Amino acid sequence: MSFINYASREINLKIVYYGPGLCGKTTNLHYIYQRTAPDAKGKMISLATETERTLFFDFLPLSLGEIKGFKTRFHLYTVPGQVFYDASRKLILKGVDGVVFVADSQAERLDANVESLENLRDNLEEYGYQLEKLPYVVQYNKRDLPNVTPVDELNKLLNPGNVPEYCACAPKGDGVFDTLKAVAKLMLINLKKSER
Amino acid sequence: MLGTQSSLVLFDEECLNISSILHKLLVEANAKALFLVDKDGQLISSTGETDQMDTTSLASLTAGNIAATGGLAKLLGEKEFSVLFHEGEKDNLHLSLVASRVILVVIFDQRSSLGLVRLRVRKWNEELEKIFNALEKKAKEKSSSNQSFFAEITDEDIDNLFR
Repeated sequence: MSFINYASREINLKIVYYGPGLCGKTTNLHYIYQRTAPDAKGKMISLATETERTLFFDFLPLSLGEIKGFKTRFHLYTVPGQVFYDASRKLILKGVDGVVFVADSQAERLDANVESLENLRDNLEEYGYQLEKLPYVVQYNKRDLPNVTPVDELNKLLNPGNVPEYCACAPKGDGVFDTLKAVAKLMLINLKKSER
Repeated sequence: MLGTQSSLVLFDEECLNISSILHKLLVEANAKALFLVDKDGQLISSTGETDQMDTTSLASLTAGNIAATGGLAKLLGEKEFSVLFHEGEKDNLHLSLVASRVILVVIFDQRSSLGLVRLRVRKWNEELEKIFNALEKKAKEKSSSNQSFFAEITDEDIDNLFR
């Protein structure tokens, strides 16, 4: 849920990167962190296991500039993708303003993507949110790998609502900023609508 | 408590009142620094020796900590654990919930004690609760009065942000 501070003229919004284990959520945040000017970003925090699997969350604060004199600050979070971390995953979704679903395009991960998307819907519903009503974009990651599922097929399964979709290769950065910009834009449009 | 979908909105008047209470609490509890953090991890206000601290990270981790503890509470059939205490070699951390919505973080060292911090936090917690309850009403009135600033944002403004 957004935090609007009229005293310091700031809008704070929370974006959560969701998706199955090893789909590249943390890699998205790493790339954004590496390619953002020092004055526009804060410290990136990763609460990870010794084998660098996300245990609780990654966190990256970003400033995107001003809109009508208000500073826009985005707090980017990832969830732990592994199935058995569901309790932690649910906690991160609390107060979310926008969601990026990162799908692993490899054919063998198709089931994991579908399961993760269902899990996202279930966890959002527990907070009274509906995915369809939230600013939401889909990223098809790992498009550079062989044996990827065609985008049309992924769309049928993972994007029936036809929200903005982006193909990506997160370690190289392809599609990473396009995805972030798209969800940030949807969130600001949503804020504008909700304040009407 | 605020509804699940509502935004937290802070205006100048409340911001000043909160700062004033935090400052009084800082002095009375002999604390090193104080933070007020939204349960979703947004920093609302801070006072004391905060220059060397990464306040944004502190806010996010505090909220994560409270969220995880809240999850544990539910597992045990408790509504919430409203106070948390972390003891360090030099600095200690006292976390407590205000109006079930906001987290009050007190950082203190040997100049103070857990007993004193608990006592003073309890005293000022009520005042902070009043402010946040009033803020909720005010934010609702403002958003329904249709004079919102955000409605004036144009699509072009949003596009310009990403150029």
